[in-house]
Amino acid sequence: MPEAPPHPAPQALQKEGGAALEAQDLGCRRGERWLVREVSLRLEGGEFWALLGPNGAGKTTLLRLLSGEIPPNTGEVRLGGKPLERYRPAELARVRALLPQQRELSFPFSAYEVAFLGRMPHLEARAETPQDHAAVQKALEQTDALGLAERLYPSLSGGEKARVDLARVLAQEPAILLLDEPTNHLDPKHQLELLEHCRHLAHSGCLVIAALHDLNLASLFADRLLLMKDGRVMASGTAQELLSPELLERVYGVPFQLYPHPSGRPLALPRAAPS
Amino acid sequence: MMTLPAVQKRLGRYRRAIWLVGVALPVVLLLAAGIGAYWIPPPEIPRVLLQRLEGYAVLVEIRFPRVLLAALVGATLALSGAVLQGMFRNPLADPGLIGVSAGAGLGAALWIVLFGALGWSYLGLPLAAFLGGLLAVSLVWRVAQSGPRVHTATLLLAGIAVSSVSGAAIGLLLFLADDQQLRSITFWTLGGFGGANWALLALTAPFMLLAGAGLLRLARPLNALVLGEGEAYHLGISVERMKRQAVTLTALGVGAAVAAAGGIGFVGLVVPHLFRLFAGPDHRYLLVGSALGGAVLTVLADLVSRTVVAPAELPVGVITALVGGPFFLWLLLRYKKEAYA
Repeated sequence: MPEAPPHPAPQALQKEGGAALEAQDLGCRRGERWLVREVSLRLEGGEFWALLGPNGAGKTTLLRLLSGEIPPNTGEVRLGGKPLERYRPAELARVRALLPQQRELSFPFSAYEVAFLGRMPHLEARAETPQDHAAVQKALEQTDALGLAERLYPSLSGGEKARVDLARVLAQEPAILLLDEPTNHLDPKHQLELLEHCRHLAHSGCLVIAALHDLNLASLFADRLLLMKDGRVMASGTAQELLSPELLERVYGVPFQLYPHPSGRPLALPRAAPS
Repeated sequence: MMTLPAVQKRLGRYRRAIWLVGVALPVVLLLAAGIGAYWIPPPEIPRVLLQRLEGYAVLVEIRFPRVLLAALVGATLALSGAVLQGMFRNPLADPGLIGVSAGAGLGAALWIVLFGALGWSYLGLPLAAFLGGLLAVSLVWRVAQSGPRVHTATLLLAGIAVSSVSGAAIGLLLFLADDQQLRSITFWTLGGFGGANWALLALTAPFMLLAGAGLLRLARPLNALVLGEGEAYHLGISVERMKRQAVTLTALGVGAAVAAAGGIGFVGLVVPHLFRLFAGPDHRYLLVGSALGGAVLTVLADLVSRTVVAPAELPVGVITALVGGPFFLWLLLRYKKEAYA
């Protein structure tokens, strides 16, 4: 297969000199409980961010806020300097995609039909062309899911569904890719391929933000980490800067130990007594 | 890059299915216009019309309004069923789910018991049914609304609640009704096209056509919605606007359909399923295919209803359920492994 061309840098981002997403004093609450509070960020194209934190830290909510899916209770998110709520959903969908954690489908769509849904934002005002199908096939190939194309989506295994869904968001050709625990259900080979692909996309100009649970994969693949706890951002920076036993213990509530990796990036494991 | 053969195959299935019901509809319309107490051979129909031969009056005054009404009502019910199944992401949804059928039933029963003696029921009854349906849906909508959003699961539950309250109220009216009213309400509930004429068609067709035209445009958003409301938003769909359109238009269309023909069950639930089994679930084809298929099925059911026990008529709702139910079961048994594996 020929080398994939570099990802097209989208206009919305070029115009604003690479400023992709900015959040100011972002807060979101359900009833009395703040799911996300006082989050201010500036995330730029060309970087792969890993969003880390314990269960209930607000990772999913932050991704949904950054995508515009839910309106914040305080603050705002800006894309290219313009607040998200001033974009039409279809405009946003041509620029950003979100891969959700849960996937369910009650109708017998084929895997190909599901992946093809990723083209929808581009088909708002025009009919589909062979290029749309080519983009979907390329995305399916990239996630090793081309062989699943004919199968009915509801009949796929968890990992297979994950790969088809990933192909769907790749087929959307977004400049900003938000992934909510994309490595769930994937075997180690497909986890590595996914993260390599995310890094490749980021380094060809996209902004990729993935909520991850595996500190070590995050350390090895992501350019920057964002540590969250109780809805707040605890720290952000490179793996070398961030991964210290003290900070990790503060975030996760268990003692950690660091181990060197040949790449120079640290690995971190919770301290546990071997049986 | 070539399009995958599997994709071509699926596309072929969709096109064949649409083509099939598209050809079947005019054939069935002509058949149904010709068959009856006064037999007009279907191939002769154009000639009878053009040259005003014997049978012209039967065709124009009796058969056409009835056949057209049956086709429109069937198309509206099946199309609405397909849209609501997609919107609720639930294959068990039927057009009555948002409360419109039960509300219309209550409106009709109220009219029969309170004003049935007035003698202008041909106009008042459909109007009462239509208003009852719309009132029920707006109540359901209010309940499910919170701020700018409408919670779909609440919409479904509120629809069930309003439907059962309406059902209970109808039961109360049945208890209060005299024998003649009782008979009217029961027959109305089972549905039929015995009351079809041009005036009824002219009253109800605009709502059904308007609703149909609007609902067909929801195909793309409905495809995105199969993944969930959040994912539909990420694919660029204005989800709340779409839900509002789907509910308003199905309420108008189904309200008019039920007002015209009473409660015809089964068409709205089953026709979309038949299309999914034979062709596939893509709403761009499913909506058109369901509308055409619903028209075909309902015209046929009406044809059976007025011929098997002629000169009497069986309620159409009985036919659709009696014939369609076992047929659908057979299909499920046959295809369950392939389609819902």
